[in-house]
Amino acid sequence: MLSRLGIALVLPPPTSRKTVELGVRHAPEFACFPLKLNLGNFLEARELGADTILMAGGIGPCRFGYYAEVQREILADLHVPMEMVVLEPPAGDWGAFKAGVRSLIGGRSWWDVLKAIRFAWYKARAIDAVEAEVLYLRPRLFEPQRVEELCREALGRLDASGSRQELDHAVGEFRRTTRGLPRRSGALLRVGLVGEIFTVLEPYANYDIERHLGLLGVEVTRGIFLSEWINEHLFGGLLRVHGLEHVEELAAPYLNAFVGGHGRETVAATVHFARQHYDGVVQVAPFTCMPEIVAHSVLPAVARDQEIPTLSFYLDEQSGIAGIVTRLEAFVDLMTARRSRRGKQEAAGRKRL
Amino acid sequence: MELYLGIDVGSVSTNLVALDPEGEPYLAPLYLRTQGQPIAAIQQGLSLISDQLTGRDRVCGVGTTGSARQLAAVLVGADVVKNEISAHAVAALRMLPEARTVIEIGGQDSKIIILKDGIVVDFAMNTVCAAGTGSFLDQQAFRLNLSIDDFGTMAGQAKAPVRIAGRCTVFAESDMIHKQQMGHTLPDIIAGLCEALVRNYLNNVGKGKEIAAPVVFQGGVAANQGMRTAFARALSTEIAVPRWFNVMGAYGAALLAREKFQELSGTKFRGWQVSTVSFLPRSFECKACPNGCEVIEIRQGQEILARWGDRCGRWSIAEAETGQNSAAPARG
Repeated sequence: MLSRLGIALVLPPPTSRKTVELGVRHAPEFACFPLKLNLGNFLEARELGADTILMAGGIGPCRFGYYAEVQREILADLHVPMEMVVLEPPAGDWGAFKAGVRSLIGGRSWWDVLKAIRFAWYKARAIDAVEAEVLYLRPRLFEPQRVEELCREALGRLDASGSRQELDHAVGEFRRTTRGLPRRSGALLRVGLVGEIFTVLEPYANYDIERHLGLLGVEVTRGIFLSEWINEHLFGGLLRVHGLEHVEELAAPYLNAFVGGHGRETVAATVHFARQHYDGVVQVAPFTCMPEIVAHSVLPAVARDQEIPTLSFYLDEQSGIAGIVTRLEAFVDLMTARRSRRGKQEAAGRKRL
Repeated sequence: MELYLGIDVGSVSTNLVALDPEGEPYLAPLYLRTQGQPIAAIQQGLSLISDQLTGRDRVCGVGTTGSARQLAAVLVGADVVKNEISAHAVAALRMLPEARTVIEIGGQDSKIIILKDGIVVDFAMNTVCAAGTGSFLDQQAFRLNLSIDDFGTMAGQAKAPVRIAGRCTVFAESDMIHKQQMGHTLPDIIAGLCEALVRNYLNNVGKGKEIAAPVVFQGGVAANQGMRTAFARALSTEIAVPRWFNVMGAYGAALLAREKFQELSGTKFRGWQVSTVSFLPRSFECKACPNGCEVIEIRQGQEILARWGDRCGRWSIAEAETGQNSAAPARG
């Protein structure tokens, strides 16, 4: 979107251990993991020559709404001369949103902006389509690494695309090659991944939870995708997107208030996955994340009523991969046992009839 | 005799159990200290077992568990590699089929397992805190110049257990020192510490879980009389401690190996000589991307047995099976 507007864009390198080290060194210890990672991303972008940061804002009790301010102060303390443009959800104040965009685009017309936004939106949807395909295929393939390689290539091509045709072509090409990969047969366990969006979407922040589950033979469905978030937070929900509808009704009666972040969505998505007869739900959140702690505290009631096992992880730079893998493996065992028990009960029920 | 071997390599202890075809321990289970050298501990355990066997005994299946389950599987050749939670649940159910709750406290982690009708329905492990696990009790016994066995019995002599701050291990120790200096008796302080650790366990590991009887208490810490009493009092129920409480992980792994044998013929066991060969572990940092993953490689002579530790799969070879259907393909 930005390159379409003639703004030179510097993408920070993918989040890595170096990002974490940079972020953790300069961020307050009690800030949550996403703040630390973002700060690391900014500093790495600076090394590549970026001078302005485009950062999303937020509303509600989640601390995210204040991040841009905190990060601006930290960068100033570090004498890193970067300007920060904050895009807030325009729900309340269109004026501020306009001013933010205006400072970025300079003299460009609003029509160009609209076109660029439409393209960016299309791109986000294309990325989501590729990632969803990986989640679907990974547990089904004999060589799951192949689809990961193809995905990395496809994302690179999407990134370089400048038109909708190119995007369509890249997605189509990815689908064609992955279709030919040899698959295993048999029923799969299905798990819904819910929680705070950054932790759900950023593999570095969730310690590759989707990949670990996929390699254990589990199909993972995300409760939230990037394009849904953009729609909800930056477009004020103007677009119709296929996503979780009726969040409020689904979350009731367990959680009746907006608790900030994605707390209510976590509860709603858990109910949703239970109704779709998923085998389990995994919740991920940054350590100390308030909205997710609230959601976590009602999950035992949801799990009991809706008969779905749940497993929660709070993650930050101190987490250890061994403990995460151990729990995921045990969760897979638990779901497998439940499913075979259920199968036996159904078979016994049919016999009695 | 046909034997099934279970090996549990944990932070503090390395345990080995050899089962007969009925699933009963054939030899006395081994409880060895890992002392930061898992390879040496595994080899020592294997040689101690093979010394007691005759030519007619043969191994039909091997199961590994514990934090070094992958390593153990590569060295010994395992048919089943199982996480500690499932292995402990299997063993607890064998000892007490109607069990509803398993409390397991080991060297550095503690877990709770909720069972219903003989299957695991929920579980939790300690996450950000290891207060109250075996390592801490060891350390406190050492500081008080007691053997860990006396530590537990002494708690039984308490008249009025004192209240100790148990959230953080280091602060618990400060609080104990303070209570000693105030003049409280040692048994009262030790019993108070056990109660604090039980409170911490129930609040951190057991939070949100419905703890129903019968309750099974296992893991090395279950040897501690003070901890048993404190759990019984806090939960107002009797606590069952299985006969082989400190090797339940290895026991469970052996049971799983025995179960698997019925479906599969042949074992991957590499033979008793693995106790004498020299394995060369080495680690290096991968330079391919800024992640700088620490890759670990295990060699036997010139042959690379396994490599793991990378996030992207570039180096991983011959990764042992981690789950029921995850035969991670070997790449050359």
